Amino acid sequence: MPWETVIGLEIHVQLATESKIFSGAGTRFGSAPNSQACAIDLAMPGTLPVLNRQAVDYALMFGLAIDADLPETSVFERKNYFYPDLPKGYQTTQLEKPIVGAGNIPINLPDGTLKNVRIHHAHLEEDAGKSLHEGSFNAAYSGIDLNRAGTPLIEIVTEPDLSNATEAVVFAKKLHGIVTSLGICDGHMAEGSMRFDVNISVRPRGSETLGTRTETKNLNSFKFMEEAIALEVNRQIDVLEDGGVITQETRLYNGDTKVARSMRSKEEANDYRYFPCPDLLPVTITKAHLQKLRLSLPELPDARAERLQQQFGIAAQEAEIFAYNPALSDYFEVAAKACNDALLAAHWTTGEVVRRLKTASLELHDSPVSAAQLSTLLKRVGDQTISGKIAKQVFEAMWLGEGDADQIISERGFKQVSDSSALEKIVGEVLAKNPEMVRDYVGTEESRRKKKLGGFMGQIMQASRGQANPQQVNRILVEKLNEAIHSASG
Amino acid sequence: MTLKYTDIERLAMLSRLAVNETDYSAVCARLESVLALVDQLQAADTAGVQPMAHPLNASQALRADRITEFNQQQAFEILSDNTHEGLYLVPKVID
Repeated sequence: MPWETVIGLEIHVQLATESKIFSGAGTRFGSAPNSQACAIDLAMPGTLPVLNRQAVDYALMFGLAIDADLPETSVFERKNYFYPDLPKGYQTTQLEKPIVGAGNIPINLPDGTLKNVRIHHAHLEEDAGKSLHEGSFNAAYSGIDLNRAGTPLIEIVTEPDLSNATEAVVFAKKLHGIVTSLGICDGHMAEGSMRFDVNISVRPRGSETLGTRTETKNLNSFKFMEEAIALEVNRQIDVLEDGGVITQETRLYNGDTKVARSMRSKEEANDYRYFPCPDLLPVTITKAHLQKLRLSLPELPDARAERLQQQFGIAAQEAEIFAYNPALSDYFEVAAKACNDALLAAHWTTGEVVRRLKTASLELHDSPVSAAQLSTLLKRVGDQTISGKIAKQVFEAMWLGEGDADQIISERGFKQVSDSSALEKIVGEVLAKNPEMVRDYVGTEESRRKKKLGGFMGQIMQASRGQANPQQVNRILVEKLNEAIHSASG
Repeated sequence: MTLKYTDIERLAMLSRLAVNETDYSAVCARLESVLALVDQLQAADTAGVQPMAHPLNASQALRADRITEFNQQQAFEILSDNTHEGLYLVPKVID
C-alpha cells in the first residue's frame, strides 16, 4: 500500500537575551554549574517573576517577520509537572493566549516549487534546567544544573503541513535563517539554542484522516532530524503493514547510535493542569510599539537573497548561502565593495573562507582574515599580479598570520611573471626538453590537441614556480606549437 | 460532584502527595466541599463580564534586559543536602 507522511514541528528557540525571562541572572552558555541560577530561578519562597522586555520584543519581532496575528494581550500560564530540573514544580508558559498567533513561512523545495507552511502559533516560555545522568558523582544520582532554568524561549508550533524529511529540513533551515537574521537567537544548534520536536504520522495515500502520531523530541541538528524522520516513518509503515497499531508516544533519537527508543510512558503526567499564572499580569502590546518594532526589523533571508543578486549580480546559489548567514553575507559585501569584483569575492567567501573556517571549527567573527584583508588579496588577483592558484597560497599564509597580502606576495616573490620575453624563454625551454610531447601534439588530430596542452602547462607553471601568468603562457604556448606544426608540415 | 477513590489516587500522584488509604474518605469529603464552593461560583451569572486579572486593571510591568544578579551558588548550595562540584544531586531520574 502506498503511504503518505504527515509531519508537524514544535521548535524551541532560545532567545538571545543577556538575562533570563523572569530574573536578572545571566544566560551565557557554558558557565560553571548553577553559577547563573539566582533565587528566582531556584524558586525560593517569596520570589516573584518580572518579565524581560527584550524577550517580549524578540517574540514580537518573530511574529512580525512571519506576518502573524499579534494579539493585543497575551497571558502566562502555569504548566504543572514535577521534575528535578524544574524547581517551581511548574513551567511558566502560555497556552490560551500566546504572544504570536497564526502566521506563514513559505519554503522553496528542491524541485523548485514553493510551499507554504502554516504556523499555528508561537508562545513565550522559560527553559528548564539540565539533568546530567553521568559524571564524576555517584551513579545512583542525577546532577542538576539550573543555569538554563529561566532562559527565555519561544516555542513555535507548525500545522502538520510537511510531507517528508526533506521538506522538514528545508523548513528548519529557513526558520534558522529567520531567527538568526532577526538576531533573536544565536542559532548555535549544538548548544541547544534551537531544538526540534517532530510529530510524525503516516496514512494510506489519499486518506483524509490523520494516523496516530508519535513525537520525537529534542533533535538539535538538521542531520539528526532528517535521520530521525526517515527512521520513524519506516518504523510506522512496518508496524502498520504487519497489521499492528501505532501507539501515541514520545520517542528519543540518539544521533550517535542512529537508534530511537520510546520514552517512559507519561500517560498520567500528561495532565498538566494549566491555569493562568497569578504572579504575572496579562502582557499588553500597543499598536505603536508594534509599529516601532516593524520599522526596526533587519533584512530577512528572502529579501537579502534578492537584493544580493540584483546589487552584485551573484548567482542564486551563492545568494542563498548568504541569505541564511547574515554574518557571512556582511563579510562578502565588505570584500566585494573593497575589491570591486563581486563575483570573485562571492566565489572566495563561499569557497576558501567557509572551507577554512569549517576545517578550523571557527566562527566567522574569529576568522584570522578579515573581509578587508581578503579584498586586498582579491585585488591582486584582479589586476593579475598573482594567479588564482598562487592566491590560495597567499591566503593560507594570511590565515596563519604571516602578514597582509601585498607583504606576502613581495616577500615570497609571488609576483606573477607577465613579462613576455621571460615567459617565451620558459615556454621555449620546456618545449626543447620534451621533443616527444611536441611530436605527439603535432601528430594529434586538431580537434583533440587542446587536451594535450595541460601537460605542457603543468611543466611551465612548475618551471616558473607557479608565477607565470596562465593566460599569457597559454597564448605563447599555442603560438609556439603552431610554429612546430607549420615547420613539420612545411 | 462526587469523587471516587481513584480520583484521590490520581490527584495525589499528580501532586506528589503521600495520602494514606485510611485518610481517603476524609480527603474526599474535604475536596468535595471545595468543589461545591466552585460550583457555587460557577452558578453566578458572568455573561458579558470580562475576566479580571488585576483589581486595578493593570498590565504586566516589564524590566530592562540587564544582568542584576550575581553568583550566589555557594550560599544556595548550603540549602541542599547533596551537591557535587556545583551540581545539586537528586536520586537518579531518567526517562
